[in-house]
Amino acid sequence: MFLAIRELTFARGRFALMGVVVALIAILTVLLSGLSVGLVNDGVSGLKRLPVTSLAFQHEVAKDSAFSRSVVETSAVDTWATQDGVAEAAPLGNTLANGRTNEGIEVDLALFGVEVGSFLDPAVAEGQRLAGEGEVVISSTAAELGISVGDTIELEPAGTPLKVVGILGEQHTFGHVDIGYLPLRSWQEVKAGVRAGDAAPERIYNEITAVAVRAADGADVDLAAGDKDAGTTSMTLEQSFGASPGYTAETSTLQLIQVFLYAISALVVGAFFTVLTVQRKQEIAVIRALGASTRYLLRDSLLQSVVLLVLSAGVGVAIGVAAGAAISATPMPFVLEAAPIAVATALLLILGVVGATVAVLRITRVDPLTALGGNR
Amino acid sequence: MTAMLSLSDVTLIHGDGEDTVTALDKVNMEVEAGELVAVVGPSGAGKSSLLAVCGALISPTSGTIRLNDLDLSAQSPRRLTAIRRERIGFVFQSGNLIPSLTSLDQVRLPLTFGKVANPRDPRELLAEVGMSHKADRRPHQLSGGERQRVGIARALVTRPQVLLVDEPTAALDRQRSQDVVALLAREAHEHGVATVMVTHDHEVLHHCDRVLEMIDGRLLPAESNASV
Repeated sequence: MFLAIRELTFARGRFALMGVVVALIAILTVLLSGLSVGLVNDGVSGLKRLPVTSLAFQHEVAKDSAFSRSVVETSAVDTWATQDGVAEAAPLGNTLANGRTNEGIEVDLALFGVEVGSFLDPAVAEGQRLAGEGEVVISSTAAELGISVGDTIELEPAGTPLKVVGILGEQHTFGHVDIGYLPLRSWQEVKAGVRAGDAAPERIYNEITAVAVRAADGADVDLAAGDKDAGTTSMTLEQSFGASPGYTAETSTLQLIQVFLYAISALVVGAFFTVLTVQRKQEIAVIRALGASTRYLLRDSLLQSVVLLVLSAGVGVAIGVAAGAAISATPMPFVLEAAPIAVATALLLILGVVGATVAVLRITRVDPLTALGGNR
Repeated sequence: MTAMLSLSDVTLIHGDGEDTVTALDKVNMEVEAGELVAVVGPSGAGKSSLLAVCGALISPTSGTIRLNDLDLSAQSPRRLTAIRRERIGFVFQSGNLIPSLTSLDQVRLPLTFGKVANPRDPRELLAEVGMSHKADRRPHQLSGGERQRVGIARALVTRPQVLLVDEPTAALDRQRSQDVVALLAREAHEHGVATVMVTHDHEVLHHCDRVLEMIDGRLLPAESNASV
């Protein structure tokens, strides 16, 4: 560290310039991480909070749009309930709907139809749990729009009224839309477009979107065998995230941006240390002639890059977290979580060091002979 | 007395095939401890090549170089690096100091490369070369002569057996040239360092114990040439 520290303080302007670039990349990394987590939460937080291990959709349904396309017979629920390792199985309905409250608040809802009393029937933080038809419990994020317990939401276009009886404790969203849990029969009528008071054909009460399956603790459910018996196509809960509207496109886009950011970071750091090493060629030749080993020079240069990266990335992350905290207070889907930020920062540092390593390896090619004058 | 540095039939050929240059041609030289030997000669005669082989920066094509009891041609590259660190000191043209280091840190630098058995105290050494008052100055804050003094202190801090000096007066005026070479002679004599100095400056040769002349890669006693 003898040379590294002295050079950092001597050429502080040059290193500060590089540090600013790394810090800006770190800020962008933190913001992208927050946006990524926020979008994931906004897209599938409702699915994440379902107490299920897998979902059985219609046989051979398109996997990227299974929630909107799948229609499963209710009889499949019983079939799944008797599979080995399955603790519970329950019907789940899913559809998107627009509504308006009696207070005139417009709201979009992802309606999750569940059997009242089943393991899917959610606990509430405010009000009461579902008890009968025509009731709905809504996500806390929908309540932030101004909807409260006791309000009535009228769904379009059939005009189906749903009374808000409870509000969930946390964010429950699906495809960036707030979730409303309602009794399965009410969901089936909304899905079929049955107007309030009209008679509904009996067949609609046999149709659900998927069978929600919860495996017994430690059990490994044979999904293929269950699908064969029930005539369904199963996805694990994590796999079903990809069936949420826009989820795959959003996450893959953000991941691609992050990958490019890491690559740019490595290239920028590598380019900086390449220029630095070329500029120091005569100096390095002198140091080698004086008896410094290649290992000494590599260690010194790499430590220099690590100090620069850690300090500037630290500053960048701190600024990014502060900026992120401000953004979190806005309606933007943005969530700061320690683990993704730590992973992103670690990747930034590792790839930065890789870039610097490739650059400083040029040291091994500096001939100490060039330290002598031009009379050779 | 036994020679601290001895070269026996050392030949150095650069390039290969038809495009070869004989930089050193069967050079024989012995330098005793505490002796200052100057090597003069025209540009391109092979003076810096002589320093390079003496300093284990390049291996000769043939011949033997011995550093006290050590045959340099029998050493691995890693061992040669350690030998440069422990037994050889270099003084370069214009000092060739590290821009980011103060004078004191320039002298400390070789001691950070690895273990040195019996190093000299960097502050005392700076005082000895008359630079203690500028210990915290960086190279761009020093004159040419001062840079050379710091360079000499840096070369001596490890108590080398051999000191190799490359054109120490190239960028100095007459008085400073005399001062720098007088300092080299004093250090060589007082501390028993076998010193080889390559120079174009004939006005400093009276400080030296012996003068050799290099012409076309061959080393001759200076007396044989009327120009010295």
